[in-house]
Amino acid sequence: MPQSLLPWFLVIQRLGIALLTLIIVSFAVFFATELLPGDVAEILLGQAATPEAVAGLRAAMGLDEPALSRFIGWLAGLASGDLGTSYVNKMEIVELLSGRLRNSLQLAGVTTLVSVPIALSLGIGAAMWRGSLFDRVVTVLTISVISVPEFMVATLAVLIFAVWLDWLPALSYGADMSSLGTMLKAYAMPVITLSFVVSAQMIRMTRAAVIETINTPYVEMALLKGASRKRMVLVHALPNALGPIANAVALSLSYLVGGVIIVETIFNYPGVAKLMVDAVSTRDLPLIQSCAMIFCVSYLMLITLADLIAILSNPRLRR
Amino acid sequence: MMAEYQTTTAAKDAPKPKGPGWSFNWVGRIGLAIMLFWGLVAFVGPWLAPHPPGEIVDWDYFGPVSGDYWMGTDYLGRDIFSRILMGARYTVGIALAAVTLACTLGVILGMIAAVAGGWFDMVLSRLLDAFNGIPSLLFGLVVVAAVGSSIPVLILTLTAIYMPGAYRFARALAVNVNTMDFVTVARARGESTRYLILQEIFPNILGPVLADLGLRFVFIVLVLSGLSFLGLGVQPPNADWGGLVRENIEGLSLGAPAVIFPSVAIASLTISVNMFIDNLPTKIRDRSE
Amino acid sequence: MTDPLVTVEKLRIGATTDSGRKVEIIKGVDFEIAPGEIVALIGESGSGKTTIALSLMGHTRTGCKIEGGTIRIGDCDMTAMSNRARAALRGTEVSYVPQSAAAAFNPSKRIMDQVIEIAAIHELMPRAEAEKKAVELFRALALPDADTIGQRYPHQVSGGQLQRLSAAMALIGDPKLVIFDEPTTALDVTTQIEVLRAFKSVMRAGGIAGVYVSHDLAVVAQIADRIIVLKGGEIQEVGGAEQILNAPRDAYTKQLLAAFEPVPHQPEEQPAQSAKPKPVLEVFDLCAGYGAIRNGEPAAKILKDVSFKIERGRNLGVIGESGSGKSTLARAVAGILPAYRGGVIVDGTEMKPDLKDRSKAELRRMQMVFQLADTALNPAHSIGAILARPLTFYEGLRGKAREARVTELLDMVHLPASLRHRLPGELSGGQKQRVNLARALAAKPELILCDEITSALDTVVAAAILELLKELQSELGLSYMFISHDLSTVEAICDDVLVMYKGEVVEALPAATMSSEATHPYSRLLISSVPKLDTGWLAGLEQDPELVAQFANR
Repeated sequence: MPQSLLPWFLVIQRLGIALLTLIIVSFAVFFATELLPGDVAEILLGQAATPEAVAGLRAAMGLDEPALSRFIGWLAGLASGDLGTSYVNKMEIVELLSGRLRNSLQLAGVTTLVSVPIALSLGIGAAMWRGSLFDRVVTVLTISVISVPEFMVATLAVLIFAVWLDWLPALSYGADMSSLGTMLKAYAMPVITLSFVVSAQMIRMTRAAVIETINTPYVEMALLKGASRKRMVLVHALPNALGPIANAVALSLSYLVGGVIIVETIFNYPGVAKLMVDAVSTRDLPLIQSCAMIFCVSYLMLITLADLIAILSNPRLRR
Repeated sequence: MMAEYQTTTAAKDAPKPKGPGWSFNWVGRIGLAIMLFWGLVAFVGPWLAPHPPGEIVDWDYFGPVSGDYWMGTDYLGRDIFSRILMGARYTVGIALAAVTLACTLGVILGMIAAVAGGWFDMVLSRLLDAFNGIPSLLFGLVVVAAVGSSIPVLILTLTAIYMPGAYRFARALAVNVNTMDFVTVARARGESTRYLILQEIFPNILGPVLADLGLRFVFIVLVLSGLSFLGLGVQPPNADWGGLVRENIEGLSLGAPAVIFPSVAIASLTISVNMFIDNLPTKIRDRSE
Repeated sequence: MTDPLVTVEKLRIGATTDSGRKVEIIKGVDFEIAPGEIVALIGESGSGKTTIALSLMGHTRTGCKIEGGTIRIGDCDMTAMSNRARAALRGTEVSYVPQSAAAAFNPSKRIMDQVIEIAAIHELMPRAEAEKKAVELFRALALPDADTIGQRYPHQVSGGQLQRLSAAMALIGDPKLVIFDEPTTALDVTTQIEVLRAFKSVMRAGGIAGVYVSHDLAVVAQIADRIIVLKGGEIQEVGGAEQILNAPRDAYTKQLLAAFEPVPHQPEEQPAQSAKPKPVLEVFDLCAGYGAIRNGEPAAKILKDVSFKIERGRNLGVIGESGSGKSTLARAVAGILPAYRGGVIVDGTEMKPDLKDRSKAELRRMQMVFQLADTALNPAHSIGAILARPLTFYEGLRGKAREARVTELLDMVHLPASLRHRLPGELSGGQKQRVNLARALAAKPELILCDEITSALDTVVAAAILELLKELQSELGLSYMFISHDLSTVEAICDDVLVMYKGEVVEALPAATMSSEATHPYSRLLISSVPKLDTGWLAGLEQDPELVAQFANR
């Protein structure tokens, strides 16, 4: 195969893997929720579960068809935008989700806008002045944030900003949303918490990526040409670290998916994650399935993006 | 050239294998000490508890730190200190069981895939890669929603979440070692696959695998705490540390010790493991290269 | 005499080891370099030659520190100045040509931008002028397409060209001193000649002083005016190139020279037992390659129809440059890389292509020793365990008998029995290679395949290993198949030689007369490209340019 086609071959291969993953994931999500929990009809009927009623409901819900054909039906529904109906409040899931999804995406978007610039400058700075006090402080902080659960970062943020300083409300919704100022305040706590979690990952990976390029012989060569430290890092190391950094950013953003579940719960934020946690407590299976698929798809998109960036930025493959 | 010089001089001064490269620095020692402390507590904690962990001992809820209740009382008036000692058993125990299962399975499969190659490797790698495409907390949520929460379910779920990562890590290391000349020599001698895996490869990936096990333990503690915090982990009246935080989250706005101490317990465990792993003797970590 | 350009006095450099101990790696070194003079730093690994050379730029690698003494270049004291002042001298007064140009070029920037970077950093001249000067340098260094080569990326030019481009990069700022750090070590011999010639002519033309770091006396002899012999961070001898080569005074210098001169190999006398013994190894029409197999042939074919014979007790050398397929040949014979066509006959029995299908007894007869002793010994096993395993595996030896045999094996390779309890990481390079040999001997083989086993070793250590091989041969009646890129090594131990080029055997000849009798043009080119311990060799060397264009990978 011609050398110039190799990166595109790898890209297509990676996309193929992503598609395969998606099918396996949806398979897992469907069967974990459909097959394991005994009988949905019994759960739904609860106390009124006479054998006749259960059989009737099963037939009505199409539960007596073979699992595989139900799976295919479900997949086809997903693809055409028909997510089914909630068991609990009999609403169309698409309707339940649409507003929630916008809220969650807003939260993720604002967090990305806040954390990426901060994390990149801290990560590159720490690598540039490696071993300095600044680097050590940043490293200790990031390790601490990574080693504690997301809910602890959130509780600490509440303690500091809402309880001690009394700057921000502890809950985001239910608060007054009338003016821009109060709305910003309402977003602040979830965004601060998520930004901490995501930035810590991003700083760590960015720092590692830049240090790896600083340790190459061609950066030492730049030093021996009389280049200043700034020139070594900005002209020689950074352009070669761009791929790994972009990869780090995409990978870190995938932590949003886990973080958002905790953060929405803690701050009572009406996003998809909160909806899903509520659905779990009411065992609303179709709703759980749809929410899970949304999370899996976004997670998969981010890690696939990270892989694609890594492939395309490899100088040995690029022409 | 420099490096070679250093290693040769180092070798001269290190008559026994346990030479200077094996010594710990003080940060690593502190980490190890805290880790061992919590390990011990998980074992004997319930006998040390000054009050029965499940019993309401104080009429005041969210009580402050006092001589009777060293870490205050919770939202029902139960002794937090005793509940933390008991919670160590759940948090440390479940995480340890899950990480051991995940790493043992992952490392064995990873080494077999690396040495065998071919179809076995490809199918297994693709499948487990696909599994890695599911966010971990979400997977836990869905499974617990489906089958309900019990300790065996938690252990198996956490194992399933972290096994693919352990597999990937061990396979990458084993693939590297497998290309080394000493493995080729053994293969050219006519050794069996079993011998290659157990004698030639395993000893050379053991160090990094143990370090990886430590990091994975931290992640498992975090996910377990997260699940419990969402109310999907260890079920009341028992509680692991994440559960203790959940129960007492109402006390947060009062700054109650009942929220703070369980959080500190989690942080001390995860940070100490990280400290220990980051400061492992270079000889153990360097085996990966 | 004019004032010296470089004065180094009582230079001491210390290093901190991984375990935090301090060691002195340069122990008080004094020397001078006159303007326009090229001085070579010669020594083995660990002698401190690169450390000294880098210190002339005021630079030390991570973990090292200049602890005493002075380094003066012209009027500047490199040890006493600020980092900023030092940076101002780099590239303009002193510049550096690295060992691996391939690693020292930034992969994501065009060559021209990197070559003229020194001019940009120090604001020496406008860009257009710098580019013009660079193109002139490319011409002076005999680079092809001098006008356009600067527009390419580093991965688009060959290794020999990159090495010359890195010299252009060093010369752009008109430095007074250029440091060459083993610049030709990674190159093939036929490529090395062109690079050496280019270096020499630009240095002479510009009257530039140089420091040439190398472990290879013959290379240094072609380019240096004076030679400094280093060992363990101390100067052993300083002298003119002629004097060092022809009348060395120091014992260590003599040892180095002695290790360099091959001792011609005397073939073993064959005890006339049977009338015509079977050859120990016969290979016919062997084809092997890598990649996915389609229609019984792999995607990348490396070996093409290789045939040869090794008679019992005789040694065959296989020579060729990188990419000639010589290592692939060894792997195909051993069955590590199964051949897809042709056959391997050991002692009259035909072997299956894949070693998985060969019997224990068949595997035992032929053992392989690898180039890098470091990676050939399992770092987790003790030396005793490494040697014991083949004894148990092939002969079922255990306990006392095995213990005794391990000691015996160590003794055969002249290692003390106490080494049994050590791990490979605690041994020197030469010791590891001896253990490697001992492990092969443990199987009581008839033939040992040696893949570049002396290439990674220092000259003196390598010479001792060759002596050991000869000794073992006369004691045990072994045969060797000896793969090497180094002709003098092959000359020292082999009876016959195969010359390989691009996966094919181009010529087979007796080792003793290979320089005079080679008829194939590639063999002649290869043999004539090996540097000789003679300061006039490069100047007097004439090679047919057409031949060079046809075969050399420049």
